[in-house]
Amino acid sequence: MHRFANPARFLRLSAVLLPWFAWATALLTAIGLYYALFASPADYQQGETVRIMYVHVPAAWMGLFVYTNMAIASAVALIWKHPLADVAAKASAPIGAAFTFLCLVTGALWGKPMWGTWWAWDARLTSMLILLFLYLGHMALVNAFDDPTRGAKAAAILALAGFINVPVIKWSVDWWNTLHQPASVTRVGLPAIDPSMLVPLLLMAVAFTTYFGTVLLLRIRSEIAAQKLRNIRMAQVRSAGHARSAA
Amino acid sequence: MEQISAFFEMGGYAGFVWPSYVLTAVVMVALLVLSLREMRSNESQLRALEGNRPRGAARRAAARAAEETTEAGQ
Repeated sequence: MHRFANPARFLRLSAVLLPWFAWATALLTAIGLYYALFASPADYQQGETVRIMYVHVPAAWMGLFVYTNMAIASAVALIWKHPLADVAAKASAPIGAAFTFLCLVTGALWGKPMWGTWWAWDARLTSMLILLFLYLGHMALVNAFDDPTRGAKAAAILALAGFINVPVIKWSVDWWNTLHQPASVTRVGLPAIDPSMLVPLLLMAVAFTTYFGTVLLLRIRSEIAAQKLRNIRMAQVRSAGHARSAA
Repeated sequence: MEQISAFFEMGGYAGFVWPSYVLTAVVMVALLVLSLREMRSNESQLRALEGNRPRGAARRAAARAAEETTEAGQ
């Protein structure tokens, strides 16, 4: 684990991984979109609106997946002071926020024709909105301090405390009465969804995951460079101040 | 031709299906482009700064400053 804690080693590894993630994303998105829009049937109840599922459900899964990663990175950062864990958490938050936002908006676009409403204050929808606010809060808190390490620590505590929301979202459809349908893929036994619809759904989900990998690697690289920039500038300011006081 | 227009009509739900896909594409591409731009800008600034000073000079300068401050305090 600590072998990857070294930023220099991470940069070498990410240079190798990035093109693979990027090409996998392009390829999987192309195949996934073909299945989602052309090669899958309309639903017998929902008609063509079922195609919204192929972006809505992967976006929702990613919203939860990215948050879980962020919480694990935050725990690692707080417990082991792993130098890359804070960077990974900070880099993840905007990606998770984007996925959660897309889940909410595509959900509204699906809800209007099928439920007759854009929004309802029920358990699943409300807990998903809280997830978006947790991401936005994390993004604000991480930059709210002059000392970046204090910002990272405060954001890590928020990420861990907010993790309670993840199982609440997952099981909200079972615990409360809600407009939202229950899980049809991740349930005990076989998925309650026809293979003709499961194939585009899983393709899009894997494409979203490799997209997350691509953008995460880019953002971590960016943050490592930003930290080095900060350190060099601080050293310059310090030595300039010292020269002035010596003169 | 009819097939094509039927495809774009999405069984009468074009106003819900297409905005979902277009918005998803716009948000995901925008995040990718912004992340890529930020990374390039940070890395080029870093190269410019590191080019001005030899590697490790910043660290040495900081260490020297810290050392001299403690000496001054004594």
